[in-house]
Amino acid sequence: MAIEDDVLVIGGGIAGVTAALSAADGGADVRLVTHKQSTLRSASGLIDVLGYLPASAGTTGTDEENEQKAGAGTALEGPVVDPFEAIPQLPESHPYRTVGVDTVREALAFFDEMLGDDYVGAHTDDNALVPTHGGSVKPTARYPTSTAAGLASDPRDVLLVGFETLPSLEAPLAAAHLEAAGAPFEARGVTLSFPGIVRDDAKVTRYAHLLDHDEAVPTDSGETGAREALAAAVEPHIQGESRVGFPAVLGDDHPDDVRATLEEALGVDVFEVPMGPPSLPGLRLEDRLYATLESAGVEVRSGVPVIDYETDESEGDSRRIDRVVVDRNGAKLPHRATEYVLATGGLVGKGIGSNRERVTEPIFDCHVPHATDRYDWFSEDAFGDHPFARFGVVPDDGLRPLDGDGDPEFVNLRAAGAVLGGYDYAAEKSGSGVSIATGYLAGRRAAERVAETRNADANGASENANANASDAEVTGTQ
Amino acid sequence: MSDAERPIDETSSTDTNDETNLERAGGVGTAGPEEEFEPVDVFPESEEMDLRPGADDCYKCSTCDTNCPVAEVDDEFPGPKFQGPEQWRLKRQEDKDVDDSVMKCSNCMRCDSACPSSVPLSQMHNTARGEYVEEQMNKLSREYWRNRMLANYRRLAPLAAMFPRTSNFVMGLSPVRWLGEKLLGVTSEREFPDFATETFHAWWAKRGGNETSRERAKQARAERGEEGTEKRIAYFHGCYANYNTPEVAKALVRVYEHFGYEIMIPEQRCSGTPMFANGMLADARRAAETNVEELAAAIEDGADVIASCSSCSMSLRQEYPELFDIEGIDDVAENTWDAVEYLRVHEDLKTELEGTSVADVEGMEDFAYHAPCHARNQGLAGQTREVLSPIDGVDVHDVGDSCSGISGTYGWKEEHYDTSMKIGEEMFEHMETADAEAGLTECPTCSMQMGHGTGYEITHTLEVLEAALTTGSESQGRPVATDGGPDGNK
Repeated sequence: MAIEDDVLVIGGGIAGVTAALSAADGGADVRLVTHKQSTLRSASGLIDVLGYLPASAGTTGTDEENEQKAGAGTALEGPVVDPFEAIPQLPESHPYRTVGVDTVREALAFFDEMLGDDYVGAHTDDNALVPTHGGSVKPTARYPTSTAAGLASDPRDVLLVGFETLPSLEAPLAAAHLEAAGAPFEARGVTLSFPGIVRDDAKVTRYAHLLDHDEAVPTDSGETGAREALAAAVEPHIQGESRVGFPAVLGDDHPDDVRATLEEALGVDVFEVPMGPPSLPGLRLEDRLYATLESAGVEVRSGVPVIDYETDESEGDSRRIDRVVVDRNGAKLPHRATEYVLATGGLVGKGIGSNRERVTEPIFDCHVPHATDRYDWFSEDAFGDHPFARFGVVPDDGLRPLDGDGDPEFVNLRAAGAVLGGYDYAAEKSGSGVSIATGYLAGRRAAERVAETRNADANGASENANANASDAEVTGTQ
Repeated sequence: MSDAERPIDETSSTDTNDETNLERAGGVGTAGPEEEFEPVDVFPESEEMDLRPGADDCYKCSTCDTNCPVAEVDDEFPGPKFQGPEQWRLKRQEDKDVDDSVMKCSNCMRCDSACPSSVPLSQMHNTARGEYVEEQMNKLSREYWRNRMLANYRRLAPLAAMFPRTSNFVMGLSPVRWLGEKLLGVTSEREFPDFATETFHAWWAKRGGNETSRERAKQARAERGEEGTEKRIAYFHGCYANYNTPEVAKALVRVYEHFGYEIMIPEQRCSGTPMFANGMLADARRAAETNVEELAAAIEDGADVIASCSSCSMSLRQEYPELFDIEGIDDVAENTWDAVEYLRVHEDLKTELEGTSVADVEGMEDFAYHAPCHARNQGLAGQTREVLSPIDGVDVHDVGDSCSGISGTYGWKEEHYDTSMKIGEEMFEHMETADAEAGLTECPTCSMQMGHGTGYEITHTLEVLEAALTTGSESQGRPVATDGGPDGNK
């Protein structure tokens, strides 16, 4: 007896969660299965849509000219001011071109509604410039409210506070880097010791916990709450700056409270500087998304992989997935759905795998185009334009992965996020945006198809309607 | 197996056809047994587990560290990334001891399902802890004997079960608890769980054992129109459901018999969970040998193995094959199931529960549900809320993904009590704010912690299923026994 739902989403990152919420929003019963925790803990928590254009974008020259351009170190153009304006310049194979700029807008609006007050940036189409822990500035479309006071476009002077035990924000260096990058303000950095932390290798969750719970910590003037102790340590170092930046460890469950307390005590605006992994803004985003799944009635199964699938052989339909098999230490748990969404990630997330012979999509063995000689998979230049960065499945307009002949691998499988090929999210700064846009569309299409199937069933003509609907989508007339 | 471990070239002499070589090297299809490449033969003399691939797979993203409930409240604990891959690498040098901090790990195993690279963190921790206890811990120390006693609670339980009322009375006396803390380092903050006046085994025997179950199952199958079918399970009840909460074991029996399953109770010893957590691997292995032999025999007889305790199923499914090499151990792991999950996959549980009600059953009300870490790691976190949702008269409120903090014997130790309660704080808060005055979980020690922190009575999911599915001819009221909590006045 399989566990049954309308839509089964495989993968629990931004793409999978967005697909699940979008399908649920479209009226489907949805389950999400994820092998491991999402990689959001390793993400900055910023929602990038498009920060840089790849070299091939908008070029009309010959291959040779384009290659020269790439070779001359101008592989990327940017930072992009308005991602929506830039999207039509992307190559046609880019997922943004597949879904279209209107869908990207709709998807972001859906995402904004999901995250409410936790994120800002929806007031403009233009990218915001958010300082990161290296002192560089990242063009991004949506950013956590906690980072809002730190924007590089804001002319107010900045004090960055780093901690001796958290070397990933070297505050004086980051401040100098910001100034060198041409930020329109003066930036200064100080390094302090964090009250209540005694070990060099305390986890970022420990810092956040101390502040969340305002735990009592020892100071020179006796025990006080961690928030008060931190404010007292920072206060003497403020020299007229009206905003102070901290490493992004200011609370996990109650970041707004922590920031408000510090702002009140210091009389300045307080902001967080996004850090490398593991990242609390990423962790908070994950918590928020999963809480939204729960309130949307999406069932989540985490910690077990999908390892296999079966097609509907009884009806002779080898292009329709009947069920997938979830593995739990050798026990096989069948899950059946009308529609499936593949959101297992790319090479890093292991939704795309490779060995010395070939590049694969491991669950359904969907077609992943790649050169036969593996020495053609990468560029000699470490920071060059690597083909592997664009490895992934190739979808039709409804985001169904296509086989080598250009036909859908399955009529009821859609792909979203980094498992899709045709874009280099690391270079373009487009990871979250593509995941949200494709997740949104995959979820929508899946829910529409579920509704069609239901109606067809209600009319007692399911087989015909199914077949017709599938044919319609194969020929791309939807 | 990664390609680095697969020396394709060595098997090819003159043949240059890649596909043929691949088949020969990896045994993909047609190669004879003598030609197959056996990776373990590279180090034939080694009997130890090779943890190197696990250490090499770690790319230091620290996701495990952000999942560690101990590291979040105690910055003296260096976290799972250190305890696993980093310590393993340090240990390659001859004169390096296992760091003392390994005993601060509570074995919640959250790091396992956190790791995006499938590093076997808990396996590495269990191995390091075993080595630490074996080679570095003083066998005459109070800590060693206290841990040994806690880990082997099963050995003391039969004595207490013989005189449950006396035991409960004596263990509840405050001078005894004070002595326990002073002499043994067992915290006096907690009240020992009561021993049942009749063990599950005694009840089972009185009821007629397997034969009665076979009859009842047959009758149920006839009523369900499933004549001619065989349905059989081997119930691994674990120690706690036998000695302390037989009502849970009885609920399992009644629910499974309702679906027409014949129940076998194989001879069994402790699952090993408390022994792993205390580094007592030799004790755990002895118990595992019995369990694997008995359960493998039951599987041979056509039964699947079912556990009602989430740590027992975790142990049989994951820790056994990770830590021991015993004949049949993989079979047991693959055929062991969580009690509710098994019914979900093998029966139409949802339809069966539609229209049932527990509105009139005493003790069944709205619950604050906590998913134990060991259930969470098996992919079962949302299961209880989902499964119970069709039942009328009961609402299940999930109290979130925090750890309860007790982690078996961990929270019983004087030196870990405060850490344990700090970890549990979030769960206690969420239980208090949830719209329920009683708790629900599948883990015995999580249940102790939930009761201890809130004063609520805690129920097992199977008891709710029993109330919904069976008319209760055999059922009786559940004994009310809760820990009075840290203040003793709740």
